[in-house]
Amino acid sequence: MATVQHAVPQEAFEPSLFGTYSKKIGMWLFLASDSLTFGALLFAYSYNRIANPAWPTPFGKPSIANATLMTACLLSSSLTMVLGVIAANRGDKAWTRNWLLATMFFGAAFTVLHAMEWTKLMGEGMMPASNPWAATVPQFGGTFFTLTGMHMLHVTVGVIYLGVIALRKKFLPVLLALWLVGWLVTPAGSIFHYGVHVLLIGAILSAVILFLKPKDYDAHDVEVSGLYWHFVDLVWMFIFPLVYLMSTKI
Amino acid sequence: MHDVAHDEGKAIYFWVWAGLIFLTGVEVLLAYEQVLQPVRMLEVLLVLSVVKAALITLYFMHLKSEIRTMRWLLIISVMACFALMWIFFFPDADRILHLGVK
Repeated sequence: MATVQHAVPQEAFEPSLFGTYSKKIGMWLFLASDSLTFGALLFAYSYNRIANPAWPTPFGKPSIANATLMTACLLSSSLTMVLGVIAANRGDKAWTRNWLLATMFFGAAFTVLHAMEWTKLMGEGMMPASNPWAATVPQFGGTFFTLTGMHMLHVTVGVIYLGVIALRKKFLPVLLALWLVGWLVTPAGSIFHYGVHVLLIGAILSAVILFLKPKDYDAHDVEVSGLYWHFVDLVWMFIFPLVYLMSTKI
Repeated sequence: MHDVAHDEGKAIYFWVWAGLIFLTGVEVLLAYEQVLQPVRMLEVLLVLSVVKAALITLYFMHLKSEIRTMRWLLIISVMACFALMWIFFFPDADRILHLGVK
């Protein structure tokens, strides 16, 4: 059967109001809405911090050194991410992948360091509804774990996102291996023994996306994933001083 | 149409990264010295955080290279929402700041 080809005049499509492609606008809109989520959590934490003179200050020099190293990891990951975007723009696939892998390494290092910090605090008796330092300020644990946990989840999702962009289907066995190792290595009583299942959920969702819509990710996709990653870094620029530096025990 | 081609050299990104590391060092130094009261400390840290966030948004996220409509719409809409949050909490927060902080 013959098909009719309709010529589409160029002027049929209006130029974008925002002067860029729709994927990027979509990501910016998502980030704007996500910034309000973090804004509300940061507002709640800072409000409680200022309103309670008896607010616990459990973060000694080792904790501050650890959090500073975590900050350096995220800042360095933003640098490698932007270098990855530059490599993608000039069509250099090998270096795009290398820079994305470096970004994932820094992101994973951040998550591991953060998990160690959480484990140390929980070992000292800190729980979402109580803490051993100030019985009159039970909201310290709740606000701390909600804020930093939400950020840790974003970093983990970001690492998976970059892995999909950098390695596509080859990333799935890596992710499943990481999930299995994480599940077997963490003690059964640890929160991370259950939290590591985020990797399994990520692997399933990534597999659905990669098999239903297989594609070779281009410079636009790298740039959009970079926007997400830089946002995760940006949020930490507020969490680090407000949570850690405002509660130091030096 | 504006596209992904950002023609700045790589050097600017290393400078921004170095600036961010430096500002982080200043924040840590302030925490170690502990010369400021909590409210003053919060104000100083917030200003430094906003400067760092602006550097990341403008340079790493390339908002500086976007067209004016996109740039201002994003900045104004997010700031307006934060202002609404502040206005919502303001009466109580103001009372605590003036009466409750030691």
